[in-house]
Amino acid sequence: MGFDQYHEPPQELSPATRTFARLCASLTEEAEAIGWYEQRISVETDPEAIAVMRDAVGEEYKHFSMDLEFLLRRTPRWREIARGVLFQAGDIVEHGEEAEADSESGSGSSGSGEDGSLGIGSLRGAAR
Amino acid sequence: MSHLLRESAPISDAGWSLLDAAARERLRPALAARKLVDFSGPHGWEYSATNLGRVEPLEGAPEAGVSGLRRRVLPLIELRVDFELSRSELRDGDRGADDVDLEPLDNAAHKIAVAENIAVFHGWQKAITGIAEASPQKPGKLGATADKYPSAVARAVEQLLTSGIEGPYGLALGREQYRRVVETAEHGGYPLLDHLRKILDGPIVWAPGVEGAVVLSMRGGDFVFESGQDLSIGYLSHDAAVVSLYLEESFSFHVATAEAAIALAT
Repeated sequence: MGFDQYHEPPQELSPATRTFARLCASLTEEAEAIGWYEQRISVETDPEAIAVMRDAVGEEYKHFSMDLEFLLRRTPRWREIARGVLFQAGDIVEHGEEAEADSESGSGSSGSGEDGSLGIGSLRGAAR
Repeated sequence: MSHLLRESAPISDAGWSLLDAAARERLRPALAARKLVDFSGPHGWEYSATNLGRVEPLEGAPEAGVSGLRRRVLPLIELRVDFELSRSELRDGDRGADDVDLEPLDNAAHKIAVAENIAVFHGWQKAITGIAEASPQKPGKLGATADKYPSAVARAVEQLLTSGIEGPYGLALGREQYRRVVETAEHGGYPLLDHLRKILDGPIVWAPGVEGAVVLSMRGGDFVFESGQDLSIGYLSHDAAVVSLYLEESFSFHVATAEAAIALAT
């Protein structure tokens, strides 16, 4: 069994960081699977096989979205930037730059959490 | 505008950033429960109750032949600490002062963190059942001196294993107990902190407000802190000299596996 999702020695990482790394690896795998299905569907000619793969890629979309939501819930700044980019009409790059700049400029009167809070949340993994 | 009314306060964006950063800096070391139990949320200020999946019977349905049940929920509680800051100090902060007097905020942050710890570990009468009071496990004794702590903690871990409660385990230590642990080296100079960490296979946490110590499983699913509004600074009022603010949060705490923790008395 490989432990490729860890870039640092696992025993030096907190349980929360190990969980985060596992979900990052899972997110990557789901994205890879989506890319592979797109390629397979694009070259397949059997309609029944295409239907099966279209159904399968829907599962991957779901898994990718669940992984992403998990990671965003544990990373307030990532969530804040994602909020400025995802599901927005218009220029993606512009939204990205604005969202990043907003996150760097400090909380201002709106607090750093999306709800105006201090954004503290869980501290599991903060103690060793 | 949110219920915190921050936009109405005579505080600049830089001032709010300063206050938020100072509050986080003061809160994080003291919020012991969040380092050891599961955290769910934040679910927002409007969120009022945790689903327990339980019901209770209702007498006297409005129609014969119809039975009724009422859902049991765990209401969220609100914690709040008011404090005042000098507007003159905040103006100095806007000018770039790096020694702004935020002592009232520091004190408020520490108070609310201690209250959260006490509520989670020891309970809050009629509002929250704490970990130590919920546990059916026979409480252990820490011992009068720190050199007795390893055997007390090891006994607690063994007791949890006997109950089928797997690790890793965390240890919440009251202020005095934590001080004793970090200042003590055992025979041969081996730090007591490292010895305890090896026994637990989990973290040791400074937990102001905790009486003695609590050993608990961190396998997950046993203790759930559900946050409504996470810790926030809100605005109350101001005059020419001071601005009145408050620190606030709403949460519930639910013990799902009461036997997954053991209290250690002093």
